[in-house]
Amino acid sequence: MKKLINDPRSVVDESVEGFGLAHAGLVTVTADPKYVTRKDAPVAGKVGLVSGGGSGHEPLHAGFVGLGMLDAAVPGAVFTSPTPDQILPATLAVNSGAGVVHIVKNYTGDVLNFETAAELAQAEGVDIRTVLVNDDVAVEDSLYTAGRRGVGGTVLVEKIAGAAAERGDSLDAVAAIGDRVNSNVRTMGVALSACTVPHAGTPSFDLADDEIEIGIGIHGEPGRHKIPMENADGITDRLLDPVLSDLGITGGEKVLLFVNGMGGTPLSELYIVYRRAAQVIAERGAAVERSLVGNYITSLEMQGCSISVLRLDDELTHLWDAPVHTAALRWGV
Amino acid sequence: MVLDVKWAVRWLTLCAQAMAENRVWLIELDRAIGDSDHGENMDRGFQAVLEKLAEAQPETPGAALKLTAMTLMSKVGGAAGPLYGTAFLRASTALGDAAEIDPGRLADALVAARDGIVARGKAESGDKTMVDAWTPAAEAAQAAAADGAGTVLGVLVAAAEAAEAGAVATEPLVARKGRASYLGERSAGHRDPGAASSALILRAAVGAAA
Repeated sequence: MKKLINDPRSVVDESVEGFGLAHAGLVTVTADPKYVTRKDAPVAGKVGLVSGGGSGHEPLHAGFVGLGMLDAAVPGAVFTSPTPDQILPATLAVNSGAGVVHIVKNYTGDVLNFETAAELAQAEGVDIRTVLVNDDVAVEDSLYTAGRRGVGGTVLVEKIAGAAAERGDSLDAVAAIGDRVNSNVRTMGVALSACTVPHAGTPSFDLADDEIEIGIGIHGEPGRHKIPMENADGITDRLLDPVLSDLGITGGEKVLLFVNGMGGTPLSELYIVYRRAAQVIAERGAAVERSLVGNYITSLEMQGCSISVLRLDDELTHLWDAPVHTAALRWGV
Repeated sequence: MVLDVKWAVRWLTLCAQAMAENRVWLIELDRAIGDSDHGENMDRGFQAVLEKLAEAQPETPGAALKLTAMTLMSKVGGAAGPLYGTAFLRASTALGDAAEIDPGRLADALVAARDGIVARGKAESGDKTMVDAWTPAAEAAQAAAADGAGTVLGVLVAAAEAAEAGAVATEPLVARKGRASYLGERSAGHRDPGAASSALILRAAVGAAA
């Protein structure tokens, strides 16, 4: 294992410390219990937005703390959800009295820990709403699984719900916008290589040189099935078809197309995937109105990508365009 | 053998030892059908439990288990933190402030732990989760306690053996809850890491009473 680390057990501590130093103008890092808040939190009168999850998905979530997006991010150990004793103080720190929305990816650990923290926060008099993100179409049979996972769509939920909170929407309205984004976005991912969790030291699953994993999540877990390696257009079609069919995209609709890198794939390749995905969407008569391409929700150094499609309406487009100033996303300011 | 607070502290110390010794094995089990963090998280959690026990010096078994519950919830993360935290919390409540535990109360505490895990994780028997270790363990403990000649050691041995058999029996199952459920049929052929760590915990309880 070759990694730019000092000690596998201090990876998250040292990385978050560095993040705080690098973005001292934007965020405040609390070391123990560990969480990252927006510099000017709590913002008077504004609904607070808190998200979190295992580390290893950077820039998610701390990279999205700032104006127009999250008020706090709570990093857990690598690929392990944070604990209630982190989530609760982060929630209290960003509550201005207008209530707090928890944005939670649908993974069992994240759900259980945020659920516990929400109960504790409510016991302290903070109004909590939870937006559960479950955009992963790779999970076909939600009856016999823990349900669809929260993956690429999480970034879009955080941006758009963040804009709604920034313009002064109420607690219920912000949560409703978050739910609306979640119900209009679908994602599917592929891994070309596994990733190595620092404390494990070996790759998280086995993949031969000529194999790829279709339908991966973001925690280094294997996907639905392995197939032989294909070219970029072939893989793009495999990811995009289920996304578009599940979403039921028809001619005349407007969408946001998000091609996300898993951490180990160059941008040049992501644009090759974007090129094909945009062609396919155009062939279906839909229009790509907005786009996002880059490494935004990653799986350490995994090679691969995910494709997310969000069905846009005028309000969601307006909120997407609203100013944002975070370490990883910035426009309009 | 009396099950008092000294037993509880010995049990939790043996749990920490078992998690440290089996850290790599649990990581390997989790690597196959999960995300390679279970051994690391359990080891970190029980080391923290040891520190808390040394600091707080609880006076009853129930108090020791409550301290364990709060520490696991705050240090383990993932699904295992809230699940084990709830299990120890419910067991602690069932024990109340008794200084010594009799066989009936011990079985009640194990049943309460199992019920807590089911309530929080919403998994059923056969879903390939830690419930598949805890349900047979709780039932075996009840049966052993109902036997008039049942001793606390007998209850603990029955629970540990049933949990171990339950953990082994998860191997052919297809997971329906937790991270492994995303693998579908590919999850068959591997032991569930949560059932495996549950069996280690219940075996440590026997070691502490022997």
